[in-house]
Amino acid sequence: MSVAAQDTAVSTGRITRAFIYLILLLFALFYLLPLYVMGVNSVKPLSEITGGNMMALPKEWTLDPWRSAWSTAQIGVNPTGLKPYFLTSILMVVPAVAISTMLGAINGYILTKWRFKGDTIIFGLMLFSCFIPFQIVLIPMARVLGMLGMAGSIQGLILVHVVYGLGFSTLYFRNYYAAFPTELVRAAQIDGAGFFRIFWRIMLPVSGPIAVVCVIWQFTNIWNDFLFGASFGGTTQPMTVALNNLVQSSTGVKEYNVHFAAAILAAIPTLIVYIVAGRYFVRGLMAGSVKG
Amino acid sequence: MAALPEADFRTKLQDWLPKLVLAPSVAVTLFFVYGFILFTVVLSFTSSKMLPSWDFVGFSNYVRLFSLPHWHVALKNIAIFATLYIVICTAIGLMLAIFLDQKIRGEGVLRPIYLYPMALSFIVTGTAWKWFLDPGIGLENVMHQWGWESFSFTWIKSNTMAIYTIVLAAVWQSSGFVMAMFLAGLRGIDNEVLKAAQIDGASNWQLYRRIVIPLLRPAFLSAFVILAHLAIKSYDLVIALTGGGPGRATEMPATFMYSYTFTRKEMGVGASSAVIMLMTIAAIMVPYLYSELKEKKE
Amino acid sequence: MRKMTKGFASALALTAGLSSAAMAEDVEVLHWWTAGGEAAALNVLKEDLAKQGIGWIDMPVAGGGGEAAMTALSARVTAGDAPTAVQMLGFDITDWAEQGVLGNLDAVAGPEGWDQVIPEALQAFSKHDGHWIAAPVNVHSTNWVWISKAALDKTGLAAPTNWEELIAVLDKMQENGITPLAHGGQPWQDATIFDSLVLAQGSDFYKAAFIDLDPEALGGEKMAAAFDQLLKLRTYVDSNFSGRDWNLASAMVINGEAGMQIMGDWAKGEFLKAGQKPGEGFICIRFPGTQGAVTFNADQFAMFNVKGEEKVKAQLAMASAIESPAFQSAFNVVKGSVPARTDVPDTDFDDCGKKGIKDLAEANTNGTLYGSMAHGYGAPAAVKNATFDVITAAFNGEYSDGATAAAALKDAVAAAQ
Repeated sequence: MSVAAQDTAVSTGRITRAFIYLILLLFALFYLLPLYVMGVNSVKPLSEITGGNMMALPKEWTLDPWRSAWSTAQIGVNPTGLKPYFLTSILMVVPAVAISTMLGAINGYILTKWRFKGDTIIFGLMLFSCFIPFQIVLIPMARVLGMLGMAGSIQGLILVHVVYGLGFSTLYFRNYYAAFPTELVRAAQIDGAGFFRIFWRIMLPVSGPIAVVCVIWQFTNIWNDFLFGASFGGTTQPMTVALNNLVQSSTGVKEYNVHFAAAILAAIPTLIVYIVAGRYFVRGLMAGSVKG
Repeated sequence: MAALPEADFRTKLQDWLPKLVLAPSVAVTLFFVYGFILFTVVLSFTSSKMLPSWDFVGFSNYVRLFSLPHWHVALKNIAIFATLYIVICTAIGLMLAIFLDQKIRGEGVLRPIYLYPMALSFIVTGTAWKWFLDPGIGLENVMHQWGWESFSFTWIKSNTMAIYTIVLAAVWQSSGFVMAMFLAGLRGIDNEVLKAAQIDGASNWQLYRRIVIPLLRPAFLSAFVILAHLAIKSYDLVIALTGGGPGRATEMPATFMYSYTFTRKEMGVGASSAVIMLMTIAAIMVPYLYSELKEKKE
Repeated sequence: MRKMTKGFASALALTAGLSSAAMAEDVEVLHWWTAGGEAAALNVLKEDLAKQGIGWIDMPVAGGGGEAAMTALSARVTAGDAPTAVQMLGFDITDWAEQGVLGNLDAVAGPEGWDQVIPEALQAFSKHDGHWIAAPVNVHSTNWVWISKAALDKTGLAAPTNWEELIAVLDKMQENGITPLAHGGQPWQDATIFDSLVLAQGSDFYKAAFIDLDPEALGGEKMAAAFDQLLKLRTYVDSNFSGRDWNLASAMVINGEAGMQIMGDWAKGEFLKAGQKPGEGFICIRFPGTQGAVTFNADQFAMFNVKGEEKVKAQLAMASAIESPAFQSAFNVVKGSVPARTDVPDTDFDDCGKKGIKDLAEANTNGTLYGSMAHGYGAPAAVKNATFDVITAAFNGEYSDGATAAAALKDAVAAAQ
């Protein structure tokens, strides 16, 4: 991998390099623009926003919108801000990501190292399940959750997210393990290692990079989900539902500065995951998932 | 002698264990995905309104579906959107990956900047984009305030152009992710191959076109799966940005399906639109999955 | 791994247990008054109930004027886990009642005499088969125009009372260099304007077209005339109208960029919040030609079947608290609407609120109080959305004239029934 991690050997001229830097910087501006708009407007008083310049720096800096979004904004009948909803989201996201990643890993392991007749069809079925539109599963899923007694609970949400996250997590791990030499597994078998032992001792220790990819993907999708959270969360609502409640009030006065502050707050966990794990992310993709 | 049957049992168990461990995932997928698809298919032949009912009406939901002008608008829009979105994201992603791969100073800063939009949901960024594209408060207004009076950018207000603003925002969100996939692919290419070609006198352009890009084929395919998946599920994006407007000009199958099933209480029609969507996705994805999975067997 | 999942599961069971360990006397309320003043106003109700020892479990879901909340409700009812009370509009209540999942409030409605004090046009939705199933909170009326006083004074004209005067004022405002009509191009806002235009064609005509869905009225000359007027009004909005939120349109009137807005009475809150006063900063009038008639939109709490005597008691207590005159007054002063019962004193309301209360009582007596099509009180969801399609298409210039649009409306409504 040390060889693979190098930059390209292609060399370029000075003008070309200047051009490349220019393009890269322009794109960086393009990607940062919405974040800038949100950030700069979240520290302005409301009066400066309505009727002011969207791009201008605040004339009067204020952190009140942030305080309000975090702890005092009215969400439903309770003036709690977003704070309490974070806990629900974390209690939902962490187990859902952990379970779907573990299941994806073990499925990928079986589908590549313990192959059997029909395994490709099974994988194909699981992969195609990534494309199911979530709108159509709402009603039957509600029925099933009701029958399981999990309606309106965090467990129910975890179940839903695990079920619909399986396709992608299996895809990632299967492609990653496909590149792992099967001979090592066979050799371990001859030495008497069993199914789980091989998984724990041989496969898992090398799975770091792809686990990062899988965790990032699942974390992002589950954290940002609104449809399932609003429909199955009941009174234990995740963050996105609270955020939506804050910004979408139909007939109230819109406090845009608070909305933007709340929007950034709600995104902080995913942003942290991206920034912290981001450097391993490319490495993880490189190590497996892009090798068809 | 007594040990033999036990060993036999253990080998058998080892044979069966993988299948046993896999079974729950398969069962869950069959039930929650394919069972629910079947449920939707059945629903599409019933007169269900607000909640499912089991009063069968044949193909009349499909007849009604295709008589609705919105549905045709939605189909046209998803065709435009998916094509442009996949092509542009791939092009930008590839370009940025190649550029970033040129021993760029500050790569560590640029990469997360390109990637972060994928981490945000459109509930979050929708308002910012809506503002930015709105001529009254967004880019156009800012340009006017900065003295460029003739500047005009009114796509989001135009029946014909609004769909392209959705493409723009969607590209913003996912092109960085595609960049990461290509960058990973590029970093996986053996530099010796490139050096050899350089010695043979190939220009940079030729090098990328003839050698590097063909080697990235797996990355192209993964990018395609992920982008197609995101394109089909583009619901938040449309709702946040245009709400399906101006008029109904940016209706998409996902918004159509949702509004007929839940808002308009014509669940049968909503289900039939879902079935058509699934069939279209299957028609595109199955041959692709088939060729992909078959190749890997070699 | 198994151990780990098990650990998680039990940890979760614990926390979920804590949050859903509802006392028997709790009410669980699904609504979309999720932010700002209206959510605070609902808090008044919560505190009223707390005084009686009834807890409030809140389930707010915002988005699209209750659309997201209705989706969440479908999921919850399908799961067999319906909330105690759900904020609902018009035909949604009827639809759920027909599913047989709603409760019965006769035990409080009878003794408290709801039949006498709640307008009959509302009762049509709050009752099903002669039984009370929902408690109305407020009545919004939708045929209002909010005019900037400064902009009107500058035209030198009086507040318009008919179509010709309205056009004269709009023309003059245009000459004065402001946007005459502030509007946001979203289907429900287009339909809100259109409600008023149809009502101005005559209150009998409104009833025939939008309540009785008479095809002749829907495709007829008067409908064509209403569409022609809509196309005329279209020429007074700025080029930037589409997709704009209604409150930003209100802001245009407040800032003096625009002359007037045709919108329901929730718009008043925006003016008040900006420090303007009725009669000083802005003027409220009924849409020209509709004085004497009212199209309404009423928020109601539909009560679902709950199991257990204590729960039923809590539900009834909530219904009773909603209809108490004190709450009706306190809530509606904040919300900008008027009380759902006609016997609440108007002392705490401002001039526009007083006018609203008077108009409502008058329309109720004269039988000219009608459900608003734009807000789900005219016709069921499928029909409502089909009319939205045509109205929005007309507003966006897809039909050459009013007659073509009226014909399209007739067909669309027929197809959706």
